[in-house]
Amino acid sequence: MPDKLLEINDLNVVYETDDALVYAVNGLDLTINKGETLGLVGETGAGKTTTALSIMGLLPDKTGFIKGGQIKFEDIDITKATENDMKLIRGESVSMIFQDPMTSLNPILTIGDQISEVLELHKKSLNKEQISKRVDEILQLVGIPPDRKGEYPHQFSGGMKQRVVIAIALACEPKLLLADEPTTALDVTIQAQVLEMMKDLKEKLNTAVLLITHDLGVVSEICDRVAVMYAGEIIEIGTTEDIFGGSYRHPYTDGLFGSIPDLTRSTRRLNPIEGLMPDSTNLPEGCKFHTRCCKCKEICKTVNPQFKINGTHFIRCH
Amino acid sequence: MNIPLIETKNLTKYFDTPRGKLHAVDSVNLAIGKGTTLGVVGESGCGKSTLGRVILRLLDATGGEVLYEGKNILNYSDREMMNMRKSMQIIFQDPYASLNPRMTVSEIIAEPLKVCKVADSEKKMDEKVSLLMDTVGLDERFVNTYPHELDGGRRQRIGIARALALDPQFIVCDEPVSALDVSIQAQILNLMMYLQDKRQLTYMFITHNLSVVKHISDEIAVMYLGQCVERAPSEELFRNPLHPYTSALLDAIPVPTLKSGSRRRQIIKGEVKSPINPKPGCRFAARCPKCKSVCNEEDVELKEIERGHFVACNLI
Repeated sequence: MPDKLLEINDLNVVYETDDALVYAVNGLDLTINKGETLGLVGETGAGKTTTALSIMGLLPDKTGFIKGGQIKFEDIDITKATENDMKLIRGESVSMIFQDPMTSLNPILTIGDQISEVLELHKKSLNKEQISKRVDEILQLVGIPPDRKGEYPHQFSGGMKQRVVIAIALACEPKLLLADEPTTALDVTIQAQVLEMMKDLKEKLNTAVLLITHDLGVVSEICDRVAVMYAGEIIEIGTTEDIFGGSYRHPYTDGLFGSIPDLTRSTRRLNPIEGLMPDSTNLPEGCKFHTRCCKCKEICKTVNPQFKINGTHFIRCH
Repeated sequence: MNIPLIETKNLTKYFDTPRGKLHAVDSVNLAIGKGTTLGVVGESGCGKSTLGRVILRLLDATGGEVLYEGKNILNYSDREMMNMRKSMQIIFQDPYASLNPRMTVSEIIAEPLKVCKVADSEKKMDEKVSLLMDTVGLDERFVNTYPHELDGGRRQRIGIARALALDPQFIVCDEPVSALDVSIQAQILNLMMYLQDKRQLTYMFITHNLSVVKHISDEIAVMYLGQCVERAPSEELFRNPLHPYTSALLDAIPVPTLKSGSRRRQIIKGEVKSPINPKPGCRFAARCPKCKSVCNEEDVELKEIERGHFVACNLI
């Protein structure tokens, strides 16, 4: 049995707006084991980023609230941790790579300063020289020549900036890395470089990664397990083999696969899922996917299905 | 092959920058047959969008020709061009930024009709707008809504309706689906292919998403730093990529199948060079795994290797 690093039980997150309550995450259960890469897939608005922000304790102050459930990281319940506790965890044990490398770096600090900032905050025992040595090491690791550390973000290209962001996230050798669409803003050739680098780093540092993406291709490249999210719920979770090679899949996952133009076959028409995600201020009863599902039955409209378990493969469908 | 609807001859666009001339588009030769789709792929900054805009004369070309049914439209006067624009339209990348937030859906779709004075009465205009909305699958009830009330897929449908308003023959689609989710992306692609069949449209489809481009294109042009490095029918290009850049690009696509995790890919090192005052020789030489000394010295021309398959590489 692998060691659990992060365990999320029945997590509920809502955003309060002036008009309505937005149910972003509804009863989410998820575990991440040590050294494992878990892919979290779903459309815009499925609650992927909200989940990551809850783990980091970074939900927006006045509008985002955790309404129930726990997030256990090792022995600490993050939902109950104080801001001071979180400051110790964040950046040191759990860190996050944001989607857009163009806006997540400070434009008026050199990249060397931005990496050493993390070390200064978390590794108080290090002196200046040791920090500077560590910055060189970490830059080397992500493939940036250390003599460029005195340069500013605008002097780097998109792929290089994303490497800097990854370097900052990895500076303290975190146990868990949350990567929120780390390659979406990059070109395919650069994406391939960054993915290859993340694979190598994972082997070297044994970091667990939660990879948030909507690109199933990226998931198949580097993930051990995959969770598919829809309207704030996990609807399917299993090993990469279960999801990509399994004989049975959730109709929504099938729809996602049907939407991707296949490179090996030529079909004239794609088979996308009809319609749109339900409005998360007003979710339908029963299975949340039933309004778009082509196999919908009467029971789907009233009863929310439980997980059906088949070894490592969990599907939430009737 | 039928007569090309659009043809470019040595089309060139340089931008002046403080550090020298930026070669955005450098002697590009293309031909797009009527009713077909040319896909243009390449990394950011390779000049795909600039090419599209120069062809539509939204940017002035530095040199070369753009032929529309054999006539060079770069010499047209403003008045002639105004007439020409009815048959050439564009769909923009970002459905969030390319719609005026202060206009309703019907006003946005009707604007081209007003500008070109096509409809002669209010009533005709309204009829035309509702017909267009019906064509692109927008519900009647959205007539008086504003773009911010709609999701990305519906907004892109407005952009498509606006481009179709004047019954154009040729549409430049500048990354029309890259801002959308996969399931919505598939809906929009299906719509565009349906419209092409129905109206005999000619598309120039600009994208960096290779699986999308294979799906929709008849022919594909691969661009690298302002130059077209390979051009071939879509099936042929994917089956037999000849230029080292094309094969690296195809190799870099993550494929959603099981085997891909174990696959060790040939990854091209480094990044795109600056397009400002590029050195002579092959532009891809610095990143090319097969680079030889000749590549750094001689400029390369696009040569026809097989019928319909053009490559610009010294080694082939």
